[in-house]
Amino acid sequence: MHIEWAALGSVFVTALAAVVVVTGLFALGVRAVAARDDARESGGTGTAGAVTAGVCFTACAVVVAFGIYLIVAA
Amino acid sequence: MDLSLIVLVVIVAALAFDFTNGFHDTANAMATSIATGALRPKVAVTISAVLNLIGAFLSVEVAKTISGGIVDDAKITPVVVFAGLVGAILWNLLTWLFGLPSSSSHALFGGLIGATWVASGADAVRFGKVVEKVLVPAVASPLVAGLIAVVGTYLVYRITAKVRQDVVSTSFKRAQVLSASMVSLAHGTNDAQKTMGVITLTLISSGALAAGSGPPLWVVLSAGIAIALGTYMGGWRIIHTMGRKITDVQTPQGFAAEAGAAATILASSHLGFALSTTHVCSGGVIGSGVGRRLAEVRWSVAGRMAVAWLLTLPAAAAVGAVAAEVATLGTLGTVVVGLVLVAAALGIWLWSRRNPVTPESMAEAEPESESEQPVPIAA
Repeated sequence: MHIEWAALGSVFVTALAAVVVVTGLFALGVRAVAARDDARESGGTGTAGAVTAGVCFTACAVVVAFGIYLIVAA
Repeated sequence: MDLSLIVLVVIVAALAFDFTNGFHDTANAMATSIATGALRPKVAVTISAVLNLIGAFLSVEVAKTISGGIVDDAKITPVVVFAGLVGAILWNLLTWLFGLPSSSSHALFGGLIGATWVASGADAVRFGKVVEKVLVPAVASPLVAGLIAVVGTYLVYRITAKVRQDVVSTSFKRAQVLSASMVSLAHGTNDAQKTMGVITLTLISSGALAAGSGPPLWVVLSAGIAIALGTYMGGWRIIHTMGRKITDVQTPQGFAAEAGAAATILASSHLGFALSTTHVCSGGVIGSGVGRRLAEVRWSVAGRMAVAWLLTLPAAAAVGAVAAEVATLGTLGTVVVGLVLVAAALGIWLWSRRNPVTPESMAEAEPESESEQPVPIAA
């Protein structure tokens, strides 16, 4: 019997890192959207929030696209 | 191409298994999206079915071996494969009847192990491989995905705790559509492959294909369609368990659970450590319940699932063994096994009609999730 601890460990670390990055970025993006909406309602432009949200969601999309690339290439 | 009767029978059985695999596993990708209302039930199963079909075409890596070395492929005959499939199909149908999300791969492995053991002796089963490829991943999958979902859920609630909840709710609903789709696609690349592998190896063993050939297009196509059809039918009993019974899922949790599951499946298939999709997704749902403060995980349901996971391999092996015992007696034996399978499947289906679980059952508890507000976590 041979358990590949190294492979299991790298699956855990890789998946954990991907999830922390994707969910973290997405949540930050959501927070930025909320900030934009708050700013608009109180008369501001909310540009800062909109830009931050755009950056966060784009970064998320890049990670997801890489995930799809991994499926297709495998 | 000259196909003997037994090869045709195996192909039909393999496609039937693929179908049960599809409807057994719809829950993995779509249960939490349906439970949170991010997708309407029919839309969810349609998306999942299409992505499973696409996934089937994307990769044929897994299809190259049926058994992953668990049994000696050289000692497998079409009759043995048929008996193994009978064990796998029956166990999938039974667990569906009780709404238990169990692993279709374990059912297939179990059926093949039992059938091979009877037909070729215990020597043809490599028990070291069984531990390595089945037991270790079975324990590791839910733990890994669960821990990751705990972290993801905690992070999401932590970051969005103090902002307006209407934005949070709609944003995560949209995100869930994407994360659920990723799980479906990853599932298609994994699970449709097993059936293709079974059919291809049977064709090779009967001499219809040259040794070492990849699956022909019609095999890829029919396996993809079978799993997509099964997915579209939707195993509502299992979806109900995953989406409603384990824990009450809110959209940010569903997103975290699915993101965790998708990342784990992708990382494991890319890094060569085989994890069960079902175990990963169930672990993700449980983890998302643990990660949200005040969310209640119904551990009795989780415990019953764990028992079903433990039983899957030996139970499918037992059925596979009995089926092999009878089917190897000759053509008549094989026909008897086939008829018993059809009769049993029909019986289980009729039994399920006495207590049907439909898409509408999912909506019963809907008002609660409509008015839901994520529980803020104290900063």
